[in-house]
Amino acid sequence: MLSVVVFLPLLAAGVLAVLPRLADRAVAAVWIAVAGIELVLVVLLWIGYYAAADPGAADTADRPAGPAGPIAYETDLEWIPSLGSGYHIGVDGLSLPLVAMTAVLFLACAVYSLRARQPRMRGYTALFLALQTVSTGLFAALDLLLFFVFFDLSIALMYFVIAGWGHGNPARSALRFFLYTFVGSLALLVGFIGLYLAADPHTFDMVELARRTPLDGRAFAGGAVLLAVGIGLAVKTPLVPFHTWLPPAHTDAPAAGSAILAGVLLKMGAYGFARIAMPILPDAWSAWAPGIAAVGAVSVLYGALVALAQSDFKRMVAYTSVNHMGYVLLGLGAAGTAAAGSGGAAPAAAGLAVSGAAVQLVSHGLLTGALFLLAGVLYERGGGYDMGSYSGLATPAPRFAAVLAVAAFGSLGLPGLSGFIAEFQIFTGGLGLLPVQTALALPGILITAALLLRALQRLLLGGLRLPPGAGGGFGDLRAEESAAVVPLLALSVLIGLLPHTLLDVVAPAASAVADLVLR
Amino acid sequence: MTTTTLIGLLPEGILAFAAVAGLLLGSWLPRRRQWVVRALALAAVAAALAATGAAAAPAAQTVASGGYAVDAGLHAARAAVLVGTGLVVLTAADRFAGTRRETEVYVLLLLAAVGSLVLAGANGLLLLAVGYLLASIPLYALVAAAKDAPGTEGSLKFFLLGALFSVVLLGGTTVLLAAGGATGYTPLGAGLPEAPPAAAAAGAIAVLAALLFKAGAVPAHFWVPDATEGAPAPVAAFITTVPKIGALVAAYRIGAALPLEAAGDWSLLLACVSAATMVLGNLAAFAQDGVLRLLAYSTVGQVGFLLMGAAAYAGSAEALRGLLYYLAAYTVTNIGAFAAVCALPRAERIGDWRGLFGRRPWLALSLVVCLLGLVGTPPTAVFVGKLTVFTAAFDAGLVWLVVLAAVMTAASLFYYLRWILPLFQRPGAEDCGADAAAGAEPAGRWSTGVAIAAAAASLLLGAGAGPVLEFLDAAPLAG
Repeated sequence: MLSVVVFLPLLAAGVLAVLPRLADRAVAAVWIAVAGIELVLVVLLWIGYYAAADPGAADTADRPAGPAGPIAYETDLEWIPSLGSGYHIGVDGLSLPLVAMTAVLFLACAVYSLRARQPRMRGYTALFLALQTVSTGLFAALDLLLFFVFFDLSIALMYFVIAGWGHGNPARSALRFFLYTFVGSLALLVGFIGLYLAADPHTFDMVELARRTPLDGRAFAGGAVLLAVGIGLAVKTPLVPFHTWLPPAHTDAPAAGSAILAGVLLKMGAYGFARIAMPILPDAWSAWAPGIAAVGAVSVLYGALVALAQSDFKRMVAYTSVNHMGYVLLGLGAAGTAAAGSGGAAPAAAGLAVSGAAVQLVSHGLLTGALFLLAGVLYERGGGYDMGSYSGLATPAPRFAAVLAVAAFGSLGLPGLSGFIAEFQIFTGGLGLLPVQTALALPGILITAALLLRALQRLLLGGLRLPPGAGGGFGDLRAEESAAVVPLLALSVLIGLLPHTLLDVVAPAASAVADLVLR
Repeated sequence: MTTTTLIGLLPEGILAFAAVAGLLLGSWLPRRRQWVVRALALAAVAAALAATGAAAAPAAQTVASGGYAVDAGLHAARAAVLVGTGLVVLTAADRFAGTRRETEVYVLLLLAAVGSLVLAGANGLLLLAVGYLLASIPLYALVAAAKDAPGTEGSLKFFLLGALFSVVLLGGTTVLLAAGGATGYTPLGAGLPEAPPAAAAAGAIAVLAALLFKAGAVPAHFWVPDATEGAPAPVAAFITTVPKIGALVAAYRIGAALPLEAAGDWSLLLACVSAATMVLGNLAAFAQDGVLRLLAYSTVGQVGFLLMGAAAYAGSAEALRGLLYYLAAYTVTNIGAFAAVCALPRAERIGDWRGLFGRRPWLALSLVVCLLGLVGTPPTAVFVGKLTVFTAAFDAGLVWLVVLAAVMTAASLFYYLRWILPLFQRPGAEDCGADAAAGAEPAGRWSTGVAIAAAAASLLLGAGAGPVLEFLDAAPLAG
């Protein structure tokens, strides 16, 4: 069942590539249909998982225990047995929300594409469908080699999206993106090989590795492997100072590409920290946790400050991604220090911090996806992202203004939206464990709030002014655009108002991960 | 010659017989009918592949009085050499069909393939020298087959360096014979520990130098770009692929069979050669604008990665299977990239390839798969190959080499992408004329087919790596 979810879009992409020429409209219809089926399947997975994870359920005992709670829908086939690598997939409380978020975001992009039609629609659609397979597969992968295959393919596919359909100077941005993240992935590969060789017998299986934690007690080897894995994931996340590929890639990518890049692909790095680095290298993680959290705090502050200095709306949103991913690392790093903390409150605080980080991943995916799609609307109407050349858009486009405001408020962490839940948990958990780093990061919230409010004010309020490229008018959101963006925000509000819908799944997994580091 | 020897050498025998028969046949056939020789060559390759498949089951053994090892190393080399030769013969059809030299081209390709196989199976220095000459001399002629100035220059460079290293090889053999009292690896392995270390080291390094020439590795790589550029493109595909297989298996065999640690750190020497090769090949490829020169330096870089497997011979059980798998993966992928070049012989510069995707999507996609395959992007076969040799080198304690190889892989990405990106761009104003752009000319049908088949094979070999690696795992080397 999970394999179907993973490979259905790829199958559809293959069919699209082989079929004779179709009308653009038909291609878009196929895309929306496939993305819709995906979402329905993921919802079914979620409902089924909910029942299985319930302690009262009869078959709980039979479920294999994974690194973060029970694994559902597991498939474990031999792939390259002589390398100790298998086709091992499954979802648990950590990955299921991300799989769901991926399905939602890709559906939003499919709906959005209905309006902002691209040239060479067939190739565009096929690339996005393939990307969906790769992203879903990465979050479901329980084997390091499989994880790496999906990780690398996501880079290659996104390269073609940016290079083929971007604007500005797409070739250069795409090359920079590819080189940067590919170097990171090679560091990751070296780290994976280290893990593989450290385990006896050699294996790439994440569940096995998390059970054995082969590098515990070997401070130097553990630290070196963590460094390799950490650099690889930090480039993808991205964390300061490995973030320089991100602004050009985001600015020059097509709107849906930016949404996927920020919403889904950036999560791969942060998810890797929680899925691979923490459970498999717990000793090294706790040893370096204060430093890791400090990197997170620096990313928070630096991302916020640089975003503050931007006049380009899309670049600004791109830098807030650096800021938001910094919170995730701060939470994960703080959790790693819990063992050194005093008293019985430490494990609970660690669980809270990890849970906040996981919620932040989902929340940021939804909100930043919405913001980038809205940036695409801005570009389509006005031909540019420069906030200085727009003003007073609330008058001609009230719906656009309202939706943008909700997305921005969500992004700055207003209570009632998902970002608040995430940041609240991270700071509550982190403050007790790592007061200095957490306190350092706190102004980040304030700066983000300031810059997002300032952006809203410059774009939406005041007298109407448009760049010359706009042709005199600024149309409001069309039905297709609303249909793409509003559900993302609705989900964010849902998580904000009824956090237990998400936390029921995330929190047990988060405390399981925290316990793994603490053992 | 015993029956065991005859059966053990069946694939090599089939190829040699087909070469002689093809030569006789070709001299009788009119020029329009020379495709018969091509069919004969392909049939011979297929028959030899079948013989390889049939012979792969028994355990490792040596034949010809211990001089020739029939084991997993040779079986894998046979499969790679034969598949590579078959693909090149098919590619050559576009270029050579109906020309005066058609028969000679196929005959020389078959003979050089036999030479590469003898290199891979040689279990003694004399047979190694025979294989070296057999794998070299036909290629000197082939490089100059077009009878033009670049071909002559490339061929002359190739020949002079080749002659020099064949003398070095024979000298090394003499020194080792004097020091160890034998030329067969097994008796030599017994005799060398008593020999003076300096003599043993000097002889072994001389033998290795010749193999590095065949593999196109630093410091014997100077011929690679010139010969690749000067030769007809199908021949370039052959000389950058097939002889490497024999040379690298032979280099591994020497490391594994002879007690060279007594004379110095053999593994470290190979690792240094590997590091120098990958750095030089990949950095030199940066500045190339001609696709053949770019591919030539890319093959130098690839040999650097392949040598990691040979360097890890001592420390890791995974080294041999990694090397053999990587060789097979490299053969398919590299020939696929060359086949795409063969399909569009007039697109010599990277800029000429602009917009190919719009005109010939399948050819462009195959090229993308092969180039990304050479980078080592999953799920292509070279990824698994790189993974296994990286693992082996890591296990053998060569962590610095693995880190360097990772950096070089990233560097290689840069020039492969320089070629990939124009494929998807619209032909722009900077192109001088419409007929310079790729796809304006008719693409070679056979070469296109080979490129697509090679790209598909690269993906299949990558996805089906499990059984292949398991097979390679089964048997140790004979001897």
